[in-house]
Amino acid sequence: MYVIIVGASKIGYNLAKSLITDSHEVVLIEKDHHKYDQLTKELGEVIVLGDGCEVSTLKKVGASRADMLIAVSGMDQENLITCQLAKLLFMVPKTLARVNDPRNEDLFRNLGVDLTVNTTNIINALISQKLSVPFLTPLVTFKNLEIVQIEISESSQAVNRQVKDLNLPPESLLIAALRGEEAVLLRGDSTILPNDTIVALTVRDKESELRKIL
Amino acid sequence: MKATILGCGRVGSMIAVLLDQEKFEVTVIDSNFNAFGNLGDNFNGSQVTGNITDEEVLRSAGVETADLVVVLTSDDIANLMAAQMVRQKFNKEKILVRVRDPIKAGAFQEMGLKTICPTNVEFDLILKELKVKPKKGKVGSG
Repeated sequence: MYVIIVGASKIGYNLAKSLITDSHEVVLIEKDHHKYDQLTKELGEVIVLGDGCEVSTLKKVGASRADMLIAVSGMDQENLITCQLAKLLFMVPKTLARVNDPRNEDLFRNLGVDLTVNTTNIINALISQKLSVPFLTPLVTFKNLEIVQIEISESSQAVNRQVKDLNLPPESLLIAALRGEEAVLLRGDSTILPNDTIVALTVRDKESELRKIL
Repeated sequence: MKATILGCGRVGSMIAVLLDQEKFEVTVIDSNFNAFGNLGDNFNGSQVTGNITDEEVLRSAGVETADLVVVLTSDDIANLMAAQMVRQKFNKEKILVRVRDPIKAGAFQEMGLKTICPTNVEFDLILKELKVKPKKGKVGSG
């Protein structure tokens, strides 16, 4: 895959390195020339000096052949406009934006950003999870769907029952169970075990119905 | 009629003062409260200090009930995000947004936003003065 990352924040930088390790083609765009100077020693031509909100920069890095553009600067407005330009003018199939202000997540999705990641919401959910009863942690949101993580307590009514017998709400799909070191793909005849962490796909705002069943 | 002006620079303040004189109920937003000095002594409207891309700021400036919203900060990106927020979250239709970059102005105009591009305007005016007729497929104007 050819992935363009806009914003050499810590997230952008680490994402770039991780994708390169997985043998993807990566370009990291950064507009601050101090950061660029610092990182180009390590990243060479992977990092490009430029403003991801400028069409000329996106053209320069061949955005029309990108499979994905990931906007992870510290400013929501830049991430939004970058993703919109990528989609509108360069037909990039998948755009992902980091959304710093949780209130902006819906707006981004309504304006065509395919995937949004809000760190505050994720951390909040993880904190709640540690502090209280097994909770539902949203992991990734795209359009009106969400991938969530649910911990199955020993007293859950889903324990030792098969997925097909669970009476799941129509707007959800159980994908996998994380059991110790293993991740098991779930099918209709798979059994839920206590202390499983279930990875599920659900429609946003329907998570509570799913949680009730599990 | 209610108008919300986002950005109290030279043009923003001139528009605000004009609309105020035309008996609009005007609210101006700027992140720097010193900018409101541009409004002069006879301005009867309201002022809100804050970021135009903050939903709460827009709400407190009465965007919900505005008939007209004009986005005039010097930052194209903020302007574009604010204009889209106003359209999406507050369902406003009459929105004018300044976008200096002609390419982005064109792209977002295609998306249905009414963009005002000072670069294109200046280009056209200068051409007129130079009495040069632009060739077909001209750059900039649009």
